Amino acid sequence: MSGQGEMTVWEKSMSFVSTYVFSRDHKIIGLQFLFSTLLWFLVGGLLALGIRWQLAWPWSNMPVIGPMLFSAEGGQISPEFYTTLFTMHATVMIFFVIIPILAGAFGNYLIPLMIGADDMAFPTLNMLSYWLMWPAFLLIGASFFTAPYGAGGGWTSYPPLSAMVEAAPGSMSAQTLWLLGITFVGFSSMMGSVNYMTTIIQMRAPGMTMFRLPMTIWGMFITAILQAFALPVLTAAGVMQLTDRMFGTGFFIPENLVVNNSVAASGGGQPLLWQHLFWFYSHPAVYIMILPAMGMVSDMIACFARKPLFGYKPMVYSISGIAGLGFIVWGHHMFVSGMNPVLGMTFMVSTMMIALPSAVKTFNWLGTIWGSQIRFTTPMLFSLSFVAMFIIGGLSGIFMAATPVDIFIHDTYFIVAHFHYVLFAGTAMAVFGAIYFWFPKMFGRMMNETLGKIHFFLTFIFLNGTFYTMHILGAVGFPRRLADPYDYPTFAHLQPLNEFMTVCAILMVASQVFFAFNFIYSIFFGPAVGRNPWRCNGLEWTAPSPPGHGNFDFQPIVYRGPYEYGSPEADEDYYPQTEAPPKEAPVVAPAH
Amino acid sequence: MGRYWSMLFLLIPILGVLTFVCAIADIWPMNGGAFAFPRNHWLPENINDHGHVIDSLFTFILYLTGVIFIGTSSALFWFMWKYDADRNTQPIRYTHGSHNLEIIWSILPAAALLFIAIYQMNAWADAKLRRPTEVVANREVLQKPFVRVTGRQFEWRLRYAGEDGEIGTRDDVHLVNDLHVPLDKEVVIQIESEDVLHSFFLPNLRVKQDVVPGMTQFTWFRANKAGVYDIVCAELCGWGHYKMRGRMTVEPEDQFKQWLAQKFEEQEKSGTTPDSGE
Ligand SMILES: [Cu+2]
Ligand SMILES: [Cu+2]
Repeated sequence: MSGQGEMTVWEKSMSFVSTYVFSRDHKIIGLQFLFSTLLWFLVGGLLALGIRWQLAWPWSNMPVIGPMLFSAEGGQISPEFYTTLFTMHATVMIFFVIIPILAGAFGNYLIPLMIGADDMAFPTLNMLSYWLMWPAFLLIGASFFTAPYGAGGGWTSYPPLSAMVEAAPGSMSAQTLWLLGITFVGFSSMMGSVNYMTTIIQMRAPGMTMFRLPMTIWGMFITAILQAFALPVLTAAGVMQLTDRMFGTGFFIPENLVVNNSVAASGGGQPLLWQHLFWFYSHPAVYIMILPAMGMVSDMIACFARKPLFGYKPMVYSISGIAGLGFIVWGHHMFVSGMNPVLGMTFMVSTMMIALPSAVKTFNWLGTIWGSQIRFTTPMLFSLSFVAMFIIGGLSGIFMAATPVDIFIHDTYFIVAHFHYVLFAGTAMAVFGAIYFWFPKMFGRMMNETLGKIHFFLTFIFLNGTFYTMHILGAVGFPRRLADPYDYPTFAHLQPLNEFMTVCAILMVASQVFFAFNFIYSIFFGPAVGRNPWRCNGLEWTAPSPPGHGNFDFQPIVYRGPYEYGSPEADEDYYPQTEAPPKEAPVVAPAH
Repeated sequence: MGRYWSMLFLLIPILGVLTFVCAIADIWPMNGGAFAFPRNHWLPENINDHGHVIDSLFTFILYLTGVIFIGTSSALFWFMWKYDADRNTQPIRYTHGSHNLEIIWSILPAAALLFIAIYQMNAWADAKLRRPTEVVANREVLQKPFVRVTGRQFEWRLRYAGEDGEIGTRDDVHLVNDLHVPLDKEVVIQIESEDVLHSFFLPNLRVKQDVVPGMTQFTWFRANKAGVYDIVCAELCGWGHYKMRGRMTVEPEDQFKQWLAQKFEEQEKSGTTPDSGE
């Protein structure tokens, strides 16, 4: 220990490390997640461009990036590398971007602030959940650079292709590293979800009943429950596949398999078992990747419509319904997998039913802006486009839920169109909106509105140019994951349409420059703001911007729900959750 | 500015519907207009007697979702246009929801979705559950496959039942990637995998079935137009997945029988029976 105020260099650096590196403060951890995931977002986007390049101009030399990555082939994408590209694109986007940016970045940052807590229930566990992402980053990064090619089993990693080393000779240790990486992501998410559930149940401020929670928190809460119950299944399945690869257990390898002229050492397993276990997690994961976004969009729409959220309770029941039904629909990924077709019928009915809560939510968002006073800010534009795009992604889902139609469109670009509308046009756009919205809270400064609107406009145009046309490809039956689909006479004529899509995709990625510049510039030079620049009701807007350690400089007491905009009871057009009602006025906030 | 943003959102239903109309009706720019798009950006020609059901279900869902899409996205546009804070001087409608509306917009979609699900079941059963039957010795039995298709990295190995109609006997004909099918005849195909997952996809017949090592599966159809069509592998099976392409020739039955007999003769002459003991 040093004397008063005097710190040695060692202690100074140690305190820097414990404040900003191995921090246990939920806000720092949230920002660490945010920065890491945004960087990976860039990586995932560039990988997508590699895929798009090959589909537009197969086997042609990729400019600039090509010679850097594969000089041996003269900058040309090899078929092996193509499988690695789409495997890594999906892996990075799902496990390193969407899931951690929603739960890790926004979940961490917002949960304590929005429920009026000073931190998470388990700060150390929280810190670990971030630092366990690093082994995953390193392992999956290493798998990408493992000679001669990276993991090439698709993000779904279906055995026997993934479980047998002989099946994909190029991905020897890469696939093993990939599996280990996913296991670490699982540990990280597990710690996060335990923490979120406990925090939301135990640490709400006085007066913050469950039905006064903002939709963002409901989204995070349901997501945490889904994670906690579904993830162990994936982790177990991953370990089983790992032992199949390394120790010859044969959980997923059938008897007497001859792959690539070598006989499998083990057998007696079932490849379909993996698919059941994998989708038992990965279907709920679809909701893990959208529910928090829906919550954040609900909060932003109510705030900028200056009107209470329409149908708060039906919204809550809807996402709870999604959580329940989400566990009994996984078979819709397996209609043509060889699974018993009778089972397919059951899954079709449950899958059709899960579309219902989504419909209810959409109608309620429309109900919210009906008769409102819309402020067209950047976060509002992103939120409204979330609703518009989610309508497209939701409706296209009905096609594949219908089993006979799915026979034709399964594994075609129709599916690719569908999930990009939900995950990119939906979730990613909501995340952009949320960044513009909560940026002033995180950094005490505003992002530039004009740049934000340019960013929105360009992204919106080009994302539709890229993804909407995929429906058309899908209608022709254009399959996914083919390095050169034009070899088939049925699809040869689709190359010009693919070129158009690739041009749109390149421009879409390029448009993100406006975001990157705005984000970095505004952290340092954006105009400083007070606590509540958007005039919102949520608890987080009563804390300083950015909030200090412990978040609130007073004890928040909650008197109402978060959507009291335009209330006749209030003088302003908003009515913060902490503002005491005029009559009863208990005035003092008791110190704790 | 609110007006411009609303108009941007109006483009969603307009361009969204227009894209599909152009693709279905094969009109500009989907027919050699901008970007030199060639023709035919819609479902490939269906040549399976049982495929029409799938196409009409697809179209049915397309129209149904199309109406909902136009309705909801136009409503979104209209609300944005009308309730722009810069122009709308009306105070907000201070409401927390409507019980009746919630009930209506829960029950209507639920009924529609349930209807779609039940409406599909027969087509699904026809495609995957009700394998054709034939009458043998006065008993109705499941129809035997005339060919066994085995997926392996990265080709389709075919084993035709010879004259005796049984697969696994000495008169079988072994070929690779060259599937011939008799015209206007209900046929059953046995599909298997030797190594990893593949998917036996016949776009023109609306047939798709993953092949799984360790499982024997059957698929059936009735091709009604002679010609040469693609066999596509639709499940990732390794680096060569994209080149796992087969060819399917549909021809009148007598031609088919002739062709098969000729192939058998060639096989006998060369004496190369690709390991029939597998
Ligand atoms: Cu699913
Ligand atoms: Cu394949």
